Amino acid sequence: MIRTTPFHERTSALNETGLWEHWSNSLVAQRYQMSEKFEYFAIRNAAGMFDTSPLYKYRIAGPDAERFLGGVLARDPHKLAVGHAHYTLWCDDRGFVIEDGVLLHVADDEYLLTAAEPNLAYFEGLTGRLDVSVEDVTEDWGILSVQGPYARDLLAAVAPVTEDLGYFGVTRTEVAGVPVLVSRTGYTGDLGYEIWTPAADALRVWDAVAAAGAGRGVIPFGMTALYMARIEAGLVLLDVDFHSSRFAWTDADRTTPIELGLGWMFRDLAPVDAGNGSGGNGAAAAGRNGHDDRGGRAFIGGEAIKTELREKTSRWQLTGLVVDWRDYDRIYDAAGLIPPKDHTPIQDEYYIYDDALNQLGYATSQMYSPMLQRHIALARVPLALTAPGSKVKLELPVAHRYEYFDAHVTRPPLFNPQRRTA
Amino acid sequence: MAKTNGTKANGAKPIGARRDRPTRDDRTYDAIVVGAGHNGMTNAAYLARAGLRTLVLERRGNVGGAAITEELRPGFWFTTFSYALSLLRPDIIHELELVKHGFMPILMPSTFCPKEDGDYLLLGQDHGENHKEIERHSKHDADAYDAFNHDITKVLQAIKPLMDEAPPDFWSDDPEELIRLAAMGSRFRHLDRKVLHDAIRLLTGSAADFLDDYFESDILKGYMASSAIIGTRVGPYSQGSGLVLLYHLLGEHDGEFGAWAFHKQGNGGFTKVLARAAQSLGVEIKLESPVDHVITRDGRATGVALRDGAEYQAPIVVSALDPRRTFLELVDPRELPVDLVDEIQRFRFQGTSAKVNFALDGVPRYPALGDRTDQYRGFTNIGPSMEYLERAFDDAKYGWYSKRPYLDCAIQSTVDPDMAPPGKAVWSSFVQYAPYELRESDWDTERERLGDTVQATIESFFPGFGSLVLQREVRTPLDIERTVGLSEGNIFAGEFLAPQMWFMRPAIGWANYRTPIEGYYQCGSGTHPGGCVMGAPGKLAAQAVLKDRERGRLRGVSVGARAGNGTGSAAAPAAAGS
Repeated sequence: MIRTTPFHERTSALNETGLWEHWSNSLVAQRYQMSEKFEYFAIRNAAGMFDTSPLYKYRIAGPDAERFLGGVLARDPHKLAVGHAHYTLWCDDRGFVIEDGVLLHVADDEYLLTAAEPNLAYFEGLTGRLDVSVEDVTEDWGILSVQGPYARDLLAAVAPVTEDLGYFGVTRTEVAGVPVLVSRTGYTGDLGYEIWTPAADALRVWDAVAAAGAGRGVIPFGMTALYMARIEAGLVLLDVDFHSSRFAWTDADRTTPIELGLGWMFRDLAPVDAGNGSGGNGAAAAGRNGHDDRGGRAFIGGEAIKTELREKTSRWQLTGLVVDWRDYDRIYDAAGLIPPKDHTPIQDEYYIYDDALNQLGYATSQMYSPMLQRHIALARVPLALTAPGSKVKLELPVAHRYEYFDAHVTRPPLFNPQRRTA
Repeated sequence: MAKTNGTKANGAKPIGARRDRPTRDDRTYDAIVVGAGHNGMTNAAYLARAGLRTLVLERRGNVGGAAITEELRPGFWFTTFSYALSLLRPDIIHELELVKHGFMPILMPSTFCPKEDGDYLLLGQDHGENHKEIERHSKHDADAYDAFNHDITKVLQAIKPLMDEAPPDFWSDDPEELIRLAAMGSRFRHLDRKVLHDAIRLLTGSAADFLDDYFESDILKGYMASSAIIGTRVGPYSQGSGLVLLYHLLGEHDGEFGAWAFHKQGNGGFTKVLARAAQSLGVEIKLESPVDHVITRDGRATGVALRDGAEYQAPIVVSALDPRRTFLELVDPRELPVDLVDEIQRFRFQGTSAKVNFALDGVPRYPALGDRTDQYRGFTNIGPSMEYLERAFDDAKYGWYSKRPYLDCAIQSTVDPDMAPPGKAVWSSFVQYAPYELRESDWDTERERLGDTVQATIESFFPGFGSLVLQREVRTPLDIERTVGLSEGNIFAGEFLAPQMWFMRPAIGWANYRTPIEGYYQCGSGTHPGGCVMGAPGKLAAQAVLKDRERGRLRGVSVGARAGNGTGSAAAPAAAGS
């Protein structure tokens, strides 16, 4: 039986298309209006409201919460002070990614962690003798995401304390009298916030934000606009850009964080002489060791990741691609077609080749970006081709046959406005 | 690519803020462009990109020409003249890296056409919804709309390449030009016969004849025919209106023909992006520097003199002004062939459009739609039938502005909320017809009466509109001429009439951006492919300049060539850059 989110009374009234997606068995709008592109522009030019409630949410609490998370998560929670959040992930012991999420340090010995899929059994299985509890609080909270250049103004209007909230900051405050958590996070690559509200009071929070945005072009946006924004921002999506190692059949379907372009998470693990193979800035790693006096943190997959960093055994890396616009138009023109510039995200595999048509890798997500005015993709390429500007060919069907489009490698995020972190 | 030292300095200072007393060296450039409209800046950017030290001189205190956005009331931004974006060539976006400098065309997702009986036609992004909406007015017209779009898109596909290349020179003996002509001929020979016939029907006939073949609904035809009259002194029943229709449909937004976008902060926002891109390539832009004339010596351009007497030297001078100013004002017509002068004097401007812009206290309601306001995210087209448009034209035929004008409106703050304070709105109305020359009156007398006429027309469709008006700005063709410099206020720098297009724009034999004066070029909308914020004239003119340089010599013009050119006879090879 399909369920609804705590905001459903509002989102269903606003959804003019009748198009819904099932996200963790909850209805979320695919698009509210006939034009998802208009919703996308609200994110990039005004602000959009997104119901992100179906995310799994875990509360990890107890005197050993930090120790527990330090052993389970790939980023060091010891460095995460109360009132801060960070993007993190968890790996298996071979250093393959299971899932990713955002960890919020909401109080001493208390954290919240988001996840795309159920992970309770996995986490509980790892608590051992630690004094920590892991609780699924998914249903307790609604999350309203407010994303776009106006987001700071909107949040300041409903919760003034958020005005000075830094990138990935977390604060407790009230919106319309409802006690909420606000984090400066999101999945759009833009200036944005997420408001965690008790599910029962969710509508009051929605109404307050909507009222603050009235007359300013602030509209709700659906999944399609979200996917557009996240591809531009280079934010990876489970079961599209990577798969959970717990449920993958072969290692070809598994990926390490470094391969996923998230090597920057391990600056504190990288050997001082580690080059740029991780995609992060190896040079910045020096002198930033964690708390473990043996010179390295102990977390699941950590040893494998250290080995991968040391021996440079990554198989490929997720990077951005930009399709050559001239070549794109030329191929379609030659086929007698009008070159389509379709912003609809294609979250499927398309193959990448060298000039001799040997397969090099594959694109996992692609779209035409209205902001960048280019066809862009996220793609797995061999390490030798991760340097920005490296040339590849992207295979796409045109007029019922494959054609090979010139593309070059670029480092994500492809769209990264200053306001995102400012 | 050479980047000159102008880059950083210009980036750091406000445009035109350079106060140092220029030394002689500061006044010598490789190229000088007259006019910082979008074509002038595009031209300069391409020249700088090719390594030329390039100066743009602008009469006014701002860049943009007719593509400007002004804050006439705190928080209310008006697109004073040009008000939407569609025809800008995609290659310019990429080649000048405009995205890096803030290029941001926002989709206008709908078109709203109110009817006089209170009903409306509202078209949006959903194909099926559009069918049903059209069926409310005519079941016949639903699939006819698809058929029309399919047929016309084939025509657009066929003629689009012409927009991105210089017009042919049919009289040239230059082998390169002959090869180009042959390729062009071959392209046309391979065209589907129906497509070719449709193209010719549109290029020569009336929009009404073409639309009548497909549609029966007045509101749909009124909407479609509106694009056939914009900026031109024709009605939908006039022969020649088909060309104007075709031209406007040639625009694209993200690859979709006929779709329009609103640039962030309007077209003034766009020209600021263009200025930044040009400056990053090394272009220097001097504002408040009106050029008096082009300096020539022995039949070649050597620089320009400003009205204050200051002189700047360059072997290349490019005029981004309209043909009248380019040939009859910036240079002494006595230096030009008589035939050319004659042709430019006959070149039709006769501006026929005005703008009335409003600051509103809120978004008006349309009675049939209750409290809905999402219908305003694109154009609001007040032209409910072809007859309405033609009757509006009738007034103009006899020297007066329309009693019930055609209005192409947009509440731009619904697309870009930064255009107005929260809850408020800016409403732009393009007005037609408003002929430059009024019979027995003048625009200084009629200006506010035109504003009243427009406001009353809007009020008749949107009762209560007047009570929302906080401020009104009326820009007549005379104001367009005075402010922007476009002769007779013609928004395209010369009318879109078949004999003034392609290899005849602005004059036969001089459509390749060159002039009879060596080193003097033209790059404004009065050259091919024409007006709208397109940039193609600017780019194509830069290609002509660079080609002449590449060939190692600037074109020489003999007296014989001048005399022969006007006859369209064999002497024109000079024009091909021989």
